[in-house]
Amino acid sequence: MAKIIYVDNNATTQVAPEVVESMIPYLGEYYGNPSSIHAFGGDVGLKLKEARRELSDLIGADPEELVFTSCGTESDSTAIRSALKAQPDKRHIITTSVEHPAVKNLVEQLGKEGYRTTTVPVDSKGRLDLVYLYQNLSDDTAVVSVMWANNETGVIFPIEEIAGKVKEKGILFHTDAVQAVGKIPIDVHKLDIDMLSLSGHKLHAPKGVGVLYVKKGTTFSPFLMGGHQEHGRRAGTENVASIIALGKAARFTAAHMEEENTRVRQLRDKLENALLDKIPHSMVNGDPENRLPNTTSIAFEFVEGESILMLMDQHGICASSGSACTSGSLEPSHVLRAMNVPFTAAHGSIRFSLSVFNTEAEIDFIVEKLPPIIERLRKMSPFWEDAQLKDRMIT
Amino acid sequence: MWEYTDKVKEHFLNPRNVGIVDDADGVGEVGSLACGDALKLSIKLDENKLIKEAKFQTFGCASAIASSSALTEMVIGKTLEEARRITNENIAEYLGGLPKEKMHCSVMGRDALEKAIECYLGEEAKAVEGEIVCECFGVTDIQIERAVRENSLKSIEDVTDYVKAGGGCGNCHDKIQDIIDDIMGSEAAPRTKKKALTNLQKIRMIEEILESEIKPALEKDGGNIELVDVAGNKVTVRMRGACATCSRSQMTLNNYVETVLKDRVSHELVVEEV
Ligand SMILES: Cc1ncc(COP(=O)(O)O)c(C=O)c1O
Repeated sequence: MAKIIYVDNNATTQVAPEVVESMIPYLGEYYGNPSSIHAFGGDVGLKLKEARRELSDLIGADPEELVFTSCGTESDSTAIRSALKAQPDKRHIITTSVEHPAVKNLVEQLGKEGYRTTTVPVDSKGRLDLVYLYQNLSDDTAVVSVMWANNETGVIFPIEEIAGKVKEKGILFHTDAVQAVGKIPIDVHKLDIDMLSLSGHKLHAPKGVGVLYVKKGTTFSPFLMGGHQEHGRRAGTENVASIIALGKAARFTAAHMEEENTRVRQLRDKLENALLDKIPHSMVNGDPENRLPNTTSIAFEFVEGESILMLMDQHGICASSGSACTSGSLEPSHVLRAMNVPFTAAHGSIRFSLSVFNTEAEIDFIVEKLPPIIERLRKMSPFWEDAQLKDRMIT
Repeated sequence: MWEYTDKVKEHFLNPRNVGIVDDADGVGEVGSLACGDALKLSIKLDENKLIKEAKFQTFGCASAIASSSALTEMVIGKTLEEARRITNENIAEYLGGLPKEKMHCSVMGRDALEKAIECYLGEEAKAVEGEIVCECFGVTDIQIERAVRENSLKSIEDVTDYVKAGGGCGNCHDKIQDIIDDIMGSEAAPRTKKKALTNLQKIRMIEEILESEIKPALEKDGGNIELVDVAGNKVTVRMRGACATCSRSQMTLNNYVETVLKDRVSHELVVEEV
C-alpha cells in the first residue's frame, strides 16, 4: 500500500500501538469470563476494573458511574431512552440541529412516536441559539441533549453554561462528547452533566466499544436487559479486550492532551492558513474561536467534495467531505445546511481532522498537493469562469 | 466509498474533451450549483452533419465527470439522429455500470445532450414541461414519468436515484408514489405478461429495421435477408442471393447486421445464420 496521510481522525483514529499491544493477551491467552468465580476469569475482571478507573480519570468521573457499551451510538440511545423511561409523564425533548445522526435520527424517531421535540438552531458560524434553548425549557421537558463538540466543524458548545441552566430547572442533561473526549480536558464532576457518551475509536482505541457516564443518583433504565453485568445497567458479557484497550487509550490521550492542544493545533492552523492562502474562494466553516484543536472544515467554492476526495486519494491523503455525493444522500450535510453555508460552498467542503500521529511533513505534503487538485476541478467546472469574471469586475 | 468501475475511475482521472467547443452549433446546460451537479455540453457538426466535436464542463462528483466524459466520446462521429437515441442507460453501460444511487449522473448527460441538439435544431427549449413535483430539486412530473417508464423504476428510492426527485425534504414522496402507481397500473396490469410483450415489441423492431435499413443495403450488393426466428436474444436469419454463397456472408452478418441490430434494439442480441 502506498503511503497514507491520514487526516480523517473525526471519522476514526489509528489504534495506538501500545493500545493494540494491551489488548492482544485478552484475545488470546486470557480468554476467561470476567464474571466467573475462578481466578482465571476473575483476573480478567480485575483488569476491567483497572480500565474503568483509567477512563473515569480521563473524564473526572467515579469508576462506578461508567457503563461500558458497544459504541457511541448505543451510549446516545441508552441515555435518551433512559431519560424518557425514567420520567414517563414528561413528553418533551430538546436537542440541536447539528447533532450526529446517533442523536438526530433517534430524536426524529421519538418525534414520530409522539414526543414533542425542539431543535435548537445554529448561526452561520455553527454557534447555538442559547436564548432559544433556554426559552424552550419547560416542566414537560424530559431531557436536553447537546453535543459537546461537532464532528464536522469541530465547533465546541458552551456545555458548562448550558448544563447549569438546564440543571436549574431540574431537567436531565445529556451530552454526546464523542468528539470532545480525548481532545480537550473534561471534568464531569465540575459540571452539571447527568449523562455523557464517548466512543473508543475516536480516541485511539478500537471500534465497537463506548461508554455512557451516568452521574450517581440519576434514575437509569437499561437498554439491554439480561445478565447482571455493569451492575445490571448493560447486560451482555463484556467486550473484554476492547474495554482493556479503551482503558489504555484513555491513558494515552491523557498523556497527549497537551500535545493535542499545542503541536496538533499548530499543525491544523498551518494547514488551514496555507490552504486559505493558496486557494482563492475558500473559507472556513464554523467558529474559529471555539473549535477542537484538531479539526478544520474548509469550503472550496465551485467544486464538488467527492471529486476532491478522490483526487486526494490518488496521493494517499484521507479526509472527509460534507458534500452530498459522498454520503449517498443528495443534499449536503445537515450541519452545513443548518449553518446556512451557501450551496456553492457546502458541496465543496472538506473536513481535515488531525491527530498526534500527524507530522509537519504530512501537512506540507497536503499543502503542496491540494491546490492543483482544486484548480484542475475548477477548470472543469462550468461555474468557474463566471466566478472569475465577477472577481475581475470587483477588483 | 463508492464501488466505481475501472472505466468510471479512468474517465474521472483522465477526462476526455473538457472545455467548450469554439463556435459551438449547440449547447446544452443542465443542473445547478444548488443541486450539487451541473453539466454544460457543447457540440459542433461537420459538413456531413456528423458530430465532429463535443466538449463538456462539469461540476459534480466523480461519476458526473465520468458520465460527461463518456458522453462526449459516445456522440463524436454520430449523426444527430443517432445521438438522440442515446439513453441514460447507454451512458451507464458504456462506463461498465454506475452505482444505483449515481444513475442521475447518466440522466444528466442524456438531458444535456438533448438540450444541445434542440439548441442546434432551433427547437424552442421546451418551456418548463409539466408541473414541478419535487421543489427541492425542481423536478417535474413529466421528468419523473419519463424516468420511471424508461428505466422501469419501481420505488420512490429508485426515482431519487435517477432524477433526484424526493431526495430533499421528502414532502413530494406521495406524489411520486402516485406517478409510479399510475404507470405500473397502466402498463400491462398482469406483470407476468410483460416479458412476452417486450419480446413481441423486440421482434417487431427487428423486422422493421431489417426491412427499412438492412435489406436495402444488402440489395445494393445483390443480396437479401429474411428473418427466420427470434428466440430470446438469438436472432436467426436466412441469407439469399449473392450473400448466401458469398464467403464473406459471415462477416457481413457479424459486422453489419448484428451491429445495426445491437445498436438499435438491444446490446444483447446475437445474430445467427441458418
Ligand atoms: C458526535 C458523534 N456522536 C456519535 C458518534 C457515533 O459513534 P460510534 O461510531 O461509536 O457509534 C460519532 C461517530 O461517528 C460522532 O462523531
